[in-house]
Amino acid sequence: MPEVNFKVFRGNSEGGEEVDYKVEVTEGMVVLDAMFQIQQTKAPDLAIRWNCKAAKCGSCSAEINGKPSLMCKTRLDTLDPSKPVTVRPMRAFPIIKDLVTDVSFNYRVNKTIPPFKPKPGTDWKMLQEDVDRAQEFRKCIECFLCQDTCHVLRDHAKHEQFGGPRWLIRAASLEMHPLDVEDRIPMIREKLGIGFCNITKCCTEVCPEEIHITDNAIIPLKERVVDRYYDPIGKLIRIFTGNK
Amino acid sequence: MATVDYETHEHDVLVIGSGGAGLRAAIEASASGLSVGLVCKSLLGKAHTVMAEGGVAAAMGTCDQDDSWQTHFYDTMNGGKMMNSWRMAQLHAQQAADRVRELQEWGALFDRTPSGDFLQRDFGGHQFRRLCHVGDRTGLEMIRTLQDKGVHLGIEVYMECAITRLLKDGDQIAGAFGYFRPDGRFIVFRAKAIILACGGIGRSYKVTSNSWECTGDGHALAYEAGAELLDMEFVQFHPTGMVWPPGVEGLLVTEAVRGEGGKLTNNKGERIMSKYDPDRMELSTRDVVARAIYTEVKEGRGTPHGGCYLDVSYKNPATVIRKLPSMYHQFKELANVDITKQAMEVGPTTHYVMGGVRVNPDTQQSRVPGLFAAGECAGGMHGGNRLGGNSLSDLLVFGRLAGIGAVDFVKGLKKQPSLDQAQVDDAVVEMTAPFEREGAETAYDVHADLQVSMQHNVGIFRTEADLAVGIENIGKLNERAKKVVAKGGRAFNPGWHLTRELKNMLIVSESIALSAQQRKESRASHSRLDYTEFDPEWAKVNSVVHKGPDGKMVIEAVAKDPMPEELTKILAEQKELQPQRELNKKERLAKAAKE
Ligand code: SF4
Ligand code: SF4
Ligand code: FES
Repeated sequence: MPEVNFKVFRGNSEGGEEVDYKVEVTEGMVVLDAMFQIQQTKAPDLAIRWNCKAAKCGSCSAEINGKPSLMCKTRLDTLDPSKPVTVRPMRAFPIIKDLVTDVSFNYRVNKTIPPFKPKPGTDWKMLQEDVDRAQEFRKCIECFLCQDTCHVLRDHAKHEQFGGPRWLIRAASLEMHPLDVEDRIPMIREKLGIGFCNITKCCTEVCPEEIHITDNAIIPLKERVVDRYYDPIGKLIRIFTGNK
Repeated sequence: MATVDYETHEHDVLVIGSGGAGLRAAIEASASGLSVGLVCKSLLGKAHTVMAEGGVAAAMGTCDQDDSWQTHFYDTMNGGKMMNSWRMAQLHAQQAADRVRELQEWGALFDRTPSGDFLQRDFGGHQFRRLCHVGDRTGLEMIRTLQDKGVHLGIEVYMECAITRLLKDGDQIAGAFGYFRPDGRFIVFRAKAIILACGGIGRSYKVTSNSWECTGDGHALAYEAGAELLDMEFVQFHPTGMVWPPGVEGLLVTEAVRGEGGKLTNNKGERIMSKYDPDRMELSTRDVVARAIYTEVKEGRGTPHGGCYLDVSYKNPATVIRKLPSMYHQFKELANVDITKQAMEVGPTTHYVMGGVRVNPDTQQSRVPGLFAAGECAGGMHGGNRLGGNSLSDLLVFGRLAGIGAVDFVKGLKKQPSLDQAQVDDAVVEMTAPFEREGAETAYDVHADLQVSMQHNVGIFRTEADLAVGIENIGKLNERAKKVVAKGGRAFNPGWHLTRELKNMLIVSESIALSAQQRKESRASHSRLDYTEFDPEWAKVNSVVHKGPDGKMVIEAVAKDPMPEELTKILAEQKELQPQRELNKKERLAKAAKE
């Protein structure tokens, strides 16, 4: 059976190193299968996260050959077999152990986003074309790969000022819910720090759900922020008509 | 020993498990003002509920006006071959629609009809279009909605925390012991009531659609604490799991594929279901379709990788991608198969356990005061076979009822239960022992052998001889499990975690095997090659196991509750209407398949 050499990060918050493991490759194998093989035969204490093994839960995020990816979705036959495969934890979050990082930052940001608030007295009728937009954002599996990729978090560590693309998506899914009446624009600007995003679109490129994070969520939200804060006439109209 | 540290937390209600049932229970309990803790074995929002694809069953009649709770009740009992707790099936059918509307009010966005209402789809065993859905990611939508509702209610969430023991004060529940997976730190919860919502048991089998979490924790914790397990022989083998590549063997292919007109064929190109259930064809109940595929493969008519073909490629590619987006991606990415052009290869996979903790159908309380169970780890609702779509609705209906049950229990409590230090110490020893033992075998080895034995001896078709071997194997594996060692430290150490989960899987496996051995008939998902027929005598009893005073598992056949007359009347009325409705459904599906 052919073998592939893996270099897997082993360590914790205090440091660590890439350790070499040889893995026997079978047809159709994904990187997560390789991690299982290492656990079962060589390192039973190798720490990884996974749940669904079907790219549906967003647990198995890691950096494979430097690229933020889902381990359960990355087939070995898409990688160059002559070179070792490196598997490292996401860089934008503190390491707990091996491939597992502390993603609690994300749960904290989520808590700050005001929940869905329905229009009073609605009859709950909604047309499919009106829910399509928000449904796209609701496909998010919370893998946090977009968070890991975004340079504002990854390179500049602005975790205190910037919520990151995942949470802009979340805010957009609520803002674009046809029956929602909550006003999140001020918090999108101040708490989620949408201004830090300079539309590099790197987040969109890594999203395993192929959500058009930048084009469909961030840019429209930026427009709403601009309308609100830098468009005095629009602001007056809103005051008089009571529209969002 | 006394030097081992642990932290202590206190809640009125502790919910163990954060899938649909756990979240719904926690929301209900929290809304009443009690302090609620929610324990997740993984991160919040990753529970197995996210994998549910097809939809949530609720007799709303938005697409078929004639639908009613009575028909939903009938379909559920019919699918479960009357083994269901009639009371649970009734409550479920009556309340499911309200629970789904409530999700919408909390922000869930379901697919719509042209008039802007809930779009409902056909599914196996449901006579009407009854499944509200969001493409094929209904579970994700549900868990996100509940997650956000829960987070904003102020429920305290303990992520990546595994519970290894329930603590009692005399007969009554007093708390739970566990550890945090990231750093291995021990934790003790004091609680007046505990709701188990730990999901399924699939990891006892080799081929399963279940994630690593589904190790029967709720079943085993309840059993160890003195509760009974009901009807454990009824394990659902979902007919359509992926069979190739090896790494995804068992991964679920949603029933929605058949709901959308998918055809099952063998290597001769024959529509296999015309032999096994010509009326309902591909949308027959899951047990029937699973056995059909298994039989075709066994008799040499399978595909190269040992399954049958499931084909939607005759349909308009755009429709396929719109209706089954995640299936399209799953096959494309994991198997290099374009389902709009090629057939899928599918075979049975261990999917769901109908059996579970025996509870009071109205309150979800087990026979242990203060211990409740909801969702997959509770038994009774689905009888011998669960219909697709009835699981998500089960989570909502009984999650809520368990929440109410726990709140009522806590409010009525006269004496605050107290913790017993000896039990905590014992729980600590159990968890530290694998590091201190000498030995060579890890939990992985024993687990792998258990999976093979269960698959082989307690699988889709059963015989006395195989079951005896399966039971004997469990005995031997139990001995090996007591000696397994863990290496490394306590921080995020899967090999160590498995030493504990192994015990749960062994308890569950034994309960399945003993119950299967006792039931000497074939009924619903339980098929015996040595007793191939329904037996009216066995129709009268449930299988119940509990832990005997000597620590051994005791199995009994317990008479079922008689169904009240008003419900038998409903069943009789519905039965008369069934043939015409099945015909209508057939026509509807034939029309949809042409699209
Ligand atoms: S588009 Fe914005 S959010 Fe996305 S990666 Fe670039 S800066 Fe970050
Ligand atoms: S938006 Fe995409 S990349 Fe970001 S967390 Fe969600 S699924 Fe992952
Ligand atoms: S394991 Fe669920 S996304 Fe990879």
